[in-house]
Amino acid sequence: MRISGDKIAKYVFLAIACSAIASLLLIALFILLEGLPFILRYGPWKFLSTSDWRPHEGAFGIAPMIISSLWITAGAMLIGAPLGVAGAVFLSEFVPKSVMCIIKPTIELLAGIPSVVYGFIGVMVLAPLIRTNLGGPGLSLLAAAVILGIMVLPTIISISVDAIGAVPNAFREGALALGATRWQAVRMVVLKAARSGIIASIILAMGRAVGETMAVIMVAGNTIRTPHSALEPVRTLTANIAIEMSAATGMHRQALFATGVVLFVVIMILNSLAMAAMRRKGGR
Amino acid sequence: MRVPPKYTQMAAITLLGGATLLTLAVLVFIIAFVLEKGLPGVTWTFLSAEPQDMGRAGGIFPIIVGTLLLPLLALVIALPLGVGSAVYLCEYTRETRLTRVIRFGTDCLAGIPSIIFGLFGLVFFVGILHLGWSLLSGGLTLAIMILPTIIRTSEEALRAVPYAYREVSCSMGATRWETVRRVVLPNALPGIVTGVMLGLGRCISETAAVIFTAGTVAAMPTSAFDSVRTMAVHFYLLAREGISNEKAYGTAAVLILAVLLVNLAAYWMMHAFIRRRAR
Repeated sequence: MRISGDKIAKYVFLAIACSAIASLLLIALFILLEGLPFILRYGPWKFLSTSDWRPHEGAFGIAPMIISSLWITAGAMLIGAPLGVAGAVFLSEFVPKSVMCIIKPTIELLAGIPSVVYGFIGVMVLAPLIRTNLGGPGLSLLAAAVILGIMVLPTIISISVDAIGAVPNAFREGALALGATRWQAVRMVVLKAARSGIIASIILAMGRAVGETMAVIMVAGNTIRTPHSALEPVRTLTANIAIEMSAATGMHRQALFATGVVLFVVIMILNSLAMAAMRRKGGR
Repeated sequence: MRVPPKYTQMAAITLLGGATLLTLAVLVFIIAFVLEKGLPGVTWTFLSAEPQDMGRAGGIFPIIVGTLLLPLLALVIALPLGVGSAVYLCEYTRETRLTRVIRFGTDCLAGIPSIIFGLFGLVFFVGILHLGWSLLSGGLTLAIMILPTIIRTSEEALRAVPYAYREVSCSMGATRWETVRRVVLPNALPGIVTGVMLGLGRCISETAAVIFTAGTVAAMPTSAFDSVRTMAVHFYLLAREGISNEKAYGTAAVLILAVLLVNLAAYWMMHAFIRRRAR
């Protein structure tokens, strides 16, 4: 009898263990169910490449939003990736372990700051700075990129530090024994060995930047148009969904879910890339 | 002419150190800025009064209650699922194709942005299951959102329990389930609590998914089918609609303090757990 009870426990746990994958499938299913019919009816190419978004007149082109999302993400990476990787390298190679043991948790603690707070700081501090020094309305592509660049720093630093920490000490010792300076050892040996983990951290950060909503709504200005300079206000895919969802019905609502489908696909591609990069590190 | 390696090293260290300092300075500035502007407005009346005039006056008491109830509900749902998943992955099976699929699903779920969770909750819980904009819809949506965090930290906690404990328990005639319940889980508890705290932190700071599923009604909920407003949502509405900067700063200060405390508790517990294991 006892053995059969143990069997039952095993199957119960198996069923529970499938809850995450079941949730993922449910999410994919319902987002696709709501959005895909619209995309097919409206025409995928027309949906993705035209730049007219006038929901009340039946024009649903999301090209300006896609371009804005891409530029903001690229800008955020331009700021976040060098700063984050530099921070990770400095903390793991040039700082005593005791200091690193304080600073790394502090940075991870800061990852918990709500995104609305980052957005608010963007509005109150960064936007006026941009407005007075560079011109434009302040709430702009540039402001969103800077705020997102700061927001992804904890992600990049935390994962990169782990990747650099996983490089065997013998690699460093070998390089130093050959007469390399510490920096040469880091640049030529450690960074090469930790490369895939660092790349994974940057891709994951990209996913966060593409998917971020509230902070972007607050600082990006939200005008629907294709940006020609970094100082113009823009609207991203995520912002478009969050701003218009509450008032949307019918076709308009379906078009917003279709925007969600585009976002979902982009994020899944980025996630898969990051996981592939991590696995390569694990495989060796 | 080649620059001697000694100088490139000095330049590199200066540059890297500068970048690190800049990062820390920016992050510390954000917290200091919000606390400095917001803390003066955080009085006992602010914490204990109802909001009036859309939040222009009064306090945030029902919003604090919402901020407590919603994550609590999410945890009640996510904790058994997350710990159960981790128990299956660690105790009941080896690495198989199925566990790889489960891990892949968990990792994917962790990377999905909150707006997508919001859309899903809006269609499925609010719409198809007819739960409306409610505590229940929001709790279920947030539960799915924090599930990967709980699974991962619980798995780490279970793996940190020495293998010998299980062997001893089994050699005394305990079944696998008895071993899990009496030996493994109690020893892994502090690690699991860490995951709970991290999940709680994420729920408290979430905005997009909460607006779409739990609504924005700033009143005391009387049942699980009532809409609630969390501090993050309240702050967002006050700041974005320009209703009241003073109250927005006050809410932000309480919000940041809550999140920092929860995360700090998580790290403290993880540290205590690791130190105990190391002995």
